[in-house]
Amino acid sequence: MKNLAKWLTLALVVLTTPARAALDIVITEGVDAARPIAIVPFIWQGQGPAPASISDVVTSDLARSGAFKSLDVRALPQTTLSSISGFAAQNWANVDAEAIVVGSVKPYGADQYLVSFELIDLFKARSAMNNGPVNNNELLLESRETVISASQFRQYGHRISDIVYEKLTGVRGAFLTRIAYVVVKQGQKAPYHLMIADYDGYNEQMLLRSPEPLMSPTWSPDGRRLAYVSFENRKAEIFVQDIYSQTRTMVSSFNGINGAPSFSPDGKKLAITLSKDGQPEIYVVDIATKSSQRITDHYAIDTEPSWFPDGKSLLFTSERGGRPQLYRVNLDTNKVSRMTFEGEWNLGGSITPDGRSMIFVNRTNGKFHIARMDLATRFMQVLSSTQLDESPSVAPNGTMVIYGTTHQGKQVLAAVSVDGRFKARLPVGQGEVKSPAWSPFL
Amino acid sequence: MDLNKLFKAMLVAVPLMALGACSSTSDSETDANGSMSGTGSEYGAGGIETGGAGAVLSPAEQQRLKEQELRRQNIIYFDFDRSEVQSENADILQAHGNYLVENPSVRVLIEGHADERGTPEYNIALGERRAKAIAKYLQGMGVQPNQMSIVSYGEEKPLDFSRTDTGFGLNRRGVLVY
Repeated sequence: MKNLAKWLTLALVVLTTPARAALDIVITEGVDAARPIAIVPFIWQGQGPAPASISDVVTSDLARSGAFKSLDVRALPQTTLSSISGFAAQNWANVDAEAIVVGSVKPYGADQYLVSFELIDLFKARSAMNNGPVNNNELLLESRETVISASQFRQYGHRISDIVYEKLTGVRGAFLTRIAYVVVKQGQKAPYHLMIADYDGYNEQMLLRSPEPLMSPTWSPDGRRLAYVSFENRKAEIFVQDIYSQTRTMVSSFNGINGAPSFSPDGKKLAITLSKDGQPEIYVVDIATKSSQRITDHYAIDTEPSWFPDGKSLLFTSERGGRPQLYRVNLDTNKVSRMTFEGEWNLGGSITPDGRSMIFVNRTNGKFHIARMDLATRFMQVLSSTQLDESPSVAPNGTMVIYGTTHQGKQVLAAVSVDGRFKARLPVGQGEVKSPAWSPFL
Repeated sequence: MDLNKLFKAMLVAVPLMALGACSSTSDSETDANGSMSGTGSEYGAGGIETGGAGAVLSPAEQQRLKEQELRRQNIIYFDFDRSEVQSENADILQAHGNYLVENPSVRVLIEGHADERGTPEYNIALGERRAKAIAKYLQGMGVQPNQMSIVSYGEEKPLDFSRTDTGFGLNRRGVLVY
């Protein structure tokens, strides 16, 4: 009986852990730098319980961005506020926040809901109050109404977060995005899983499962396809898979290494690494015709190609200087120039979407961390402080980097803002999690 | 290809035969004990025991046995970010090389692996360089290139998950798979 109870407890733990683990985010640094914002829980105007909480999604999104922290709901002066019409500026005079997000949800036919939300400028409200009576309508930063179905609650929550984030920071939000990553569950017959999920770990879906390693997933610019390396035929091969139709195409299967795929900005080509002619070299292959063009030619290791946003040159890792460092190759002239000189190793680089800096793995004193270098000033900053950091991938709005790291002997995903101030850990489910790739805007 | 399969089958069959021999011996001992307890005598009927000696092996046979033993070791370890074959692995590779030269129809797959430091794709390149270093070493002994194939798994298939210096050392390896 005692044993049975023990087993039941164990079974419960096992059953409940994955669901919770998939969603936990542990912010390890950077809360102090976040700007306070007030998010009033959206008012449900229907019968019975509300279908889901959109404002919870918004609260969590803004916290994960590292830019904002929402005030405790219990400390807000008006917790039943759902639009600007009920806003009483004098009640909010002492609330330390720059804006308020309010909204409501009401039934709108079968499985349909009308969601309204408004963003109120609290800075303006405070300064207006000092100059006499406040015209509430002048305080509206944003006001929208949309009809959605029950399955779209999280998605629309991310949409609201995108709008709020852009209004307050001037930078496009990246909350309606996805991540692709590899999970390895040792002991299973097919331990290697290629997964995608919403950027926050929700709606996790398996795209492929294999008895042999899967590596280096990367998104096409339209967010519809993934390129990755699979060892399913006991050798490295590059596949492109449509995530909606599940169609898989083998793009490269030469002798030796077929690795490190990276989509060109127009989505028509892949930069890859092949060692068919001896040592690893960078090639560009046309996905439709499979014709390939060799870009580098050196006896040292050349790998990890990544496109500059203009599609005219590639960033890559090369050992030609003795140790792995980052180089740039011009695709018209094949001329190569060295990009990094600081630190023992610099590798696995990519250019941020604005083309102004690059994110890569830096090794200093034997420690591997994620770093950023400004391309104009060549100033390098180490961003992460975790262990064995690798595989950095930049959010499409250029504000955050997701990467693979090791925490308590396990491979997990982590995020760091490009200024290095915000740091968080994202334990996604069971097993070893690695090779994250952030999608483009969807 | 068929010879390769035959060899694999022998690898399984020979230990099985040995196992069979062991179990039959222990069975007969049990029987003997059973009958002994029946008679109440401390010694079996006749009370005899036999001894034996191994056949005298020629130096060539001794070498063959030694190499057979060495070939059980199919992992070659490497230093951090290095791909040179260390001299301490010479005996093991000699044994594999001689075997492959004597049996030109046998093929071997050489796997290259790296530890978890650095990036996965850089480690794929490093793993391939290690596998190639082993292939080059064996080719120097006369093994034909068409007997060898290579695959690099980089840091994707670690042997040890501790992420300690010892663990990293165990993962930086080349593996000969027949």
